[in-house]
Amino acid sequence: MKISDQKKYWKTNLKYLSILLSIWFVVSYGFGIVLVDELNSIRMGGFKLGFWFAQQGSIYVFTILIFVYIKLMNKLDAKYNLDS
Amino acid sequence: MDLQIWTWVLVGITFSLYIGIAIWSRAGSTKEFYVAGGGVSPLANGLATAADWMSAASFISMAGIISFNGYDGSVYLMGWTGGYVLLALLLAPYLRKFGKFTVPDFIGDRYYSNVARSVAVFCALIVSFTYVAGQMRGVGLVFSRFLEVNINTGVIIGMIIVLFYAVLGGMKGITYTQVAQYCVLIFAFMVPAIFISIQMTGNPIPQIGFGGQDANGVYLLDKLDGLHRDLGFAEYTSGSKSKLDVFFITAALMVGTAGLPHVIVRFFTVKKVSDARKSAGWALLFIMILYTTAPAIAVFSRTNMIETVNNKEYKNMPSWFTTWEETGLLSFNDINNDGKIQYLADSSKNELIVDKDIMVLANPEIAGLPNWVIALVAAGGLAAALSTAAGLLLVISASVSHDLIKKMIKPDISEKGELVAARLSAVVAVCVAGYFGINPPDFVAATVALAFGLAAASFFPAIILGIFTKKMNKEGAISGMIVGVLAMLFYMLKFKFNWFGGGTKEDWWLGISPEGFGTVAMIINFIVSIVISKFTPDPPKEVQEIVANIRIPSGAGEATH
Repeated sequence: MKISDQKKYWKTNLKYLSILLSIWFVVSYGFGIVLVDELNSIRMGGFKLGFWFAQQGSIYVFTILIFVYIKLMNKLDAKYNLDS
Repeated sequence: MDLQIWTWVLVGITFSLYIGIAIWSRAGSTKEFYVAGGGVSPLANGLATAADWMSAASFISMAGIISFNGYDGSVYLMGWTGGYVLLALLLAPYLRKFGKFTVPDFIGDRYYSNVARSVAVFCALIVSFTYVAGQMRGVGLVFSRFLEVNINTGVIIGMIIVLFYAVLGGMKGITYTQVAQYCVLIFAFMVPAIFISIQMTGNPIPQIGFGGQDANGVYLLDKLDGLHRDLGFAEYTSGSKSKLDVFFITAALMVGTAGLPHVIVRFFTVKKVSDARKSAGWALLFIMILYTTAPAIAVFSRTNMIETVNNKEYKNMPSWFTTWEETGLLSFNDINNDGKIQYLADSSKNELIVDKDIMVLANPEIAGLPNWVIALVAAGGLAAALSTAAGLLLVISASVSHDLIKKMIKPDISEKGELVAARLSAVVAVCVAGYFGINPPDFVAATVALAFGLAAASFFPAIILGIFTKKMNKEGAISGMIVGVLAMLFYMLKFKFNWFGGGTKEDWWLGISPEGFGTVAMIINFIVSIVISKFTPDPPKEVQEIVANIRIPSGAGEATH
């Protein structure tokens, strides 16, 4: 693999990481902790939304994030023929 | 059929299953012993990781803790799952590509230094021993309550089982036993939860049920908030910890999770880099099932318990009340002599003390579920405790036989010799763990926080910097780890053990609890590492090439030493 390709591959990876980790941060620390009181004024059935994010929503999003990353990276690996 | 018989039958079946798997998957080489031969499928590894991760604390205690703390309990839910995102995105693929057996292996090689390796071994041993003591205690607790044997006999039975499959099978035996243990524990956790959810809300899915309405059309969470207000507790859905502290505790648990050696090592067992990512995804999916159910159980059991006991005649209490009183986990003291139980936040008037561990274990009894469901919970609790204990014992034995003996003391040891050393250290580790299970030091509960804090303060920054910067050198990493660990130990000893003048809640720096201090220690580690590395020589060229190499997934090869 060429050095320039290696650099491009790594850069794309870092871009994915920063996007996904921002979402990770927002749903847990943002919705579940910092903004919890504001979100609690919104209700979803029996749940206050902030409470729901802290005890349910953040965990679902975490799981989805990992599967999105798996997908993105498998595609990226295929593009650079790294999926041996 | 009687509860005792049901429990013996279910525990007997599951234990023989574990032993059968152990005999079928004996380890023949060090590679099989440390990383299961490196050929585990991502799905199996995900199941094993989930069982490895979910301990007696997750299975028995967590729902109870949430039940008593309401919103504040969220730190465990987010903290112990969010770490997997960090693992999958920042650690697992690169460590797999690096292809070694243990975490100290990575630290020692990446930082070209046996000092770094020794610091890592030291941290791995403390973290794992702290953790394993609690597991053996969990085994003893379940045995004593459900099978009415002495708690020490329970610990010894647990030791013999773990000894058998961890020593014989190593990582290979542990992995396939953990797959079975996941199935047992998740079934045992979900069955009562589904039953109770239907009973209380008419919805079979607990995750949705606890946001639903009871028979009178009142939302369950509103009802519980109301009960809490009436009894003088903080509102269930609001909690009472400071926001900053909740933030720091969550971060410490997440980062600590990602830095725990027994979790990281599971990602060395798969064939290639993409499999490491995949198994992290499967692992969190399987963990998610239990972690999203736990807060539902917390709400169901809290409501059920308050409604069953509060202001009710003591003599009319159901039979589970007296059985749990006998274990000492539940106690009633009729302060105002009215023969009724008053459960209140005000400790001068409160007449009932309930241990948090009861909430999951007694939940099926409180809800009046059939005996086989109650027995199932016992088998599940044992599966959770045993699977975690085995994973930890493997880290301990690999640290001794591989990192200490093979890499530092006696590098010319033969493959066979190393395997014998690995098995012997596993035996010693089981005995030490059993000793702590029988004579639990009172600091166990306090030190679980320490285990996460230490992992956050030591491994996480060293590994991240080792992957994401080429210029991080041994001077930076070693000083970062040492300063981080010392800061963590200092804060913990000061506020948990009253050393260095002690101190109370008011003295916490910025109001951060010892549980949350791991985050601060981690930041200190990062800063120290980066600053020191700027003033000391760059790492050698070969090391920088290794870093470039681990960023590219292809050609991962097999895990080697």
